[in-house]
Amino acid sequence: MKANCWVSPNKVEVNEVPDPTILNSRDAIVQITSTAICGSDLHLLDGYVPTMQKGDVMGHEFMGEVVEVGPGVDHDKLRVGDRVVVPFPIGCGACYACQNQLWSCCENTNPNAGMAEKMFGHPVAGIYGYSHLTGGFAGGQAEYARVVLADVNPLKIESDLTDEQVLFLSDILPTGYMGADMCEITDGDVVAVWGAGPVGQFAMDSARVLGAANVIAVDGVPYRLEMAASQGYQTINYSDTDVRSALLELTGGRGPDKCIDAVGLEATHGAAHVDLYDRAKQAVRSETDRPHALRQAITSCRSGGIVSVIGVYGGLIDKFPAGSWMNRALTLKTGQCHVQRYMRPLLERIERGELDPTRVITHRLPLAEAPHGYDIFKNKQDRCEKVVLTP
Amino acid sequence: MTTGIAQKRSTTPAAVRDDSLTRGLGWASAALGASQLVRPGAFARGLGVADAPRHRLVIAIVGAREMVAAAGLLGRPHPAWLWARVGGDAMDLTLLGRALKNHDGRGLRRTVLATAATVGITLTDLYAAITRTRKGKPMELRSSTTVAGRPDEVYGFWSRLDQLPMFMAHLEDVRVTGERRSHWRAAAPFSRDVEWDAETTDDVPGQRIAWRSLDGADIPNSGQVRFVPAPGGRGTEVHVTLTYDLPGGAAGKAVAKYFGEEPSQHLDDDLRRFKQVFETGEVIRSDGAPRGKRARAEFPQHPARPLSHEERKEVLT
Ligand SMILES: NC(=O)c1ccc[n+]([C@@H]2O[C@H](COP(=O)([O-])OP(=O)(O)OC[C@H]3O[C@@H](n4cnc5c(N)ncnc54)[C@H](O)[C@@H]3O)[C@@H](O)[C@H]2O)c1
Ligand SMILES: [Zn+2]
Ligand SMILES: [Zn+2]
Repeated sequence: MKANCWVSPNKVEVNEVPDPTILNSRDAIVQITSTAICGSDLHLLDGYVPTMQKGDVMGHEFMGEVVEVGPGVDHDKLRVGDRVVVPFPIGCGACYACQNQLWSCCENTNPNAGMAEKMFGHPVAGIYGYSHLTGGFAGGQAEYARVVLADVNPLKIESDLTDEQVLFLSDILPTGYMGADMCEITDGDVVAVWGAGPVGQFAMDSARVLGAANVIAVDGVPYRLEMAASQGYQTINYSDTDVRSALLELTGGRGPDKCIDAVGLEATHGAAHVDLYDRAKQAVRSETDRPHALRQAITSCRSGGIVSVIGVYGGLIDKFPAGSWMNRALTLKTGQCHVQRYMRPLLERIERGELDPTRVITHRLPLAEAPHGYDIFKNKQDRCEKVVLTP
Repeated sequence: MTTGIAQKRSTTPAAVRDDSLTRGLGWASAALGASQLVRPGAFARGLGVADAPRHRLVIAIVGAREMVAAAGLLGRPHPAWLWARVGGDAMDLTLLGRALKNHDGRGLRRTVLATAATVGITLTDLYAAITRTRKGKPMELRSSTTVAGRPDEVYGFWSRLDQLPMFMAHLEDVRVTGERRSHWRAAAPFSRDVEWDAETTDDVPGQRIAWRSLDGADIPNSGQVRFVPAPGGRGTEVHVTLTYDLPGGAAGKAVAKYFGEEPSQHLDDDLRRFKQVFETGEVIRSDGAPRGKRARAEFPQHPARPLSHEERKEVLT
């Protein structure tokens, strides 16, 4: 089959690879009908996530039709012919984490848990197409994928919603929603979201759905801010505006009640010298992540507020504003998304028309053009916001 | 009627089995002993002492002693024979010291040389005896995990010994051979399997199991697992302690190396898989680590891309 493979930093390639087969009895094979490129894939592309290997199949946002199930799959839960969306973290449904809805921290699905434990102190769940640190599972930017523990993870789509309406249940819609959910939004809350990429856009939509009085988008890419503005959100362009004063002005001097970091470890900074400082540290590996957005979210948040981090960090950061965080009674909440927790309720919101995930799609490309998709998505060309690939 | 001892395995300690130094000293004893027994007079002259009947007798006795040591070192190697040689060396040095003291001057140079050589041999014997006797430090590994299940269920799973190889990377198989007896086979470095019999030393259903290897094990070992209810109804804490009595010297080093720099990491992985099998039914395989319980041996890993037909055949059999 054809699959989009990681070759080396900044290089992906669509290659012919073997078709996936059943390796565990509860596996299923899914013929992929739609798949997408995510901001997390850019961290892999750019070489910021260690343990990528040449030939790794990329992609963790995919859906399709079940064409084969292993002998251990519970037939009441999944059968050949089912149409499914596959959540990116692999859960087992049985461990303490899964039982408590912390699916991305599943204790059983990462065969390289030892590696992850060294890096993070405790292991994390297996993830499709997302380095060997999270298990070394082939991803879904391909014609077929092997889905693990297939009777607990995928969400069956039984209505006639289109692929584009439900595809993002695999990751970015639940992720944006979790970003807002962790904010514990109450009446009158002003929520600021750093990053107007697809994840940030969905965090904004979710904040509104969950009752925020006002949503503010912070980014440096004009067309992405325009996309946020088109939904009625206020915007701040950090490349030509002082974010702190703009936020104070928009909130009557209080600062946003809740702040969401939907940027992660590759943030850029309006002031070149600050950006250079972190890039230099990153280059010599004395800091692996550039936390500009996170620092700003912390210092901007009103005292006693919540900073919710869904942008991905991989290792170590420098100059963490611990004093601001501690002295001002801030709460920091984080996580890779526990997708399985949110898929069904969000599917219902889509069915009821409360959320329209298709609004972020700007490019539809054949799988063979995946490298081009990465290119325009990464370099913000052609007003690219989200790329959907079809095998 | 036969008694059951015919099958008893040799109990040669690993430190002296197939050990070239032990064998070399054995042959040295044999050569020396033979020449002392056959031509004690010539031997006395070689030592620079008078070829007197009294000297010949002493030399013949020493020769007989050397032959006994040779038979021991070559036939049934044990560090005790090395210590016997050290004792013999002390006796020889005493005799030579006396010979030097009462020397009449003729052949004195030869006696001095013989004494120097004996000092050298004594040091070699002492080195061999010490290094082959020294017990390697017992290696103790501990690890724990929490499993979603009641203590009696988790205990029940573990006490089915034949299931242990499903998740313990080094174990090839475990067979129950008697009421409290089992036979274990593990993969060892250089593809030579290690086997041993074990007996269950403690067994309290729902609480703990302990075992130890019986005499004759290549690597004497023992283990204990405790099952403790986790607070908050979170299932069962499984606490494992394994102790390996590592031989000193080269064999011990090889074993330690096999376990890697952090041997406890292997036990951690074993327990992780125990939890996987208990909670999900099997060891989860990925494209990068398709060998299940042998995942750790795969570095660099297979790329995270589906296996080819041949690769699949290879890893799944
Ligand atoms: N937690 C999860 O489970 C999860 C899931 C999916 C994605 N993510 C992460 O979410 C983040 C966003 O994903 P995406 O797909 O939207 O990616 P993206 O790259 O399209 O979006 C990131 C946006 O942040 C903007 N940005 C850069 N520096 C900034 C700064 N200093 N201040 C404000 N904005 C800044 C960029 O211009 C860009 O528009 C990534 O880190 C991704 O890895 C997390
Ligand atoms: Zn993603
Ligand atoms: Zn789990």
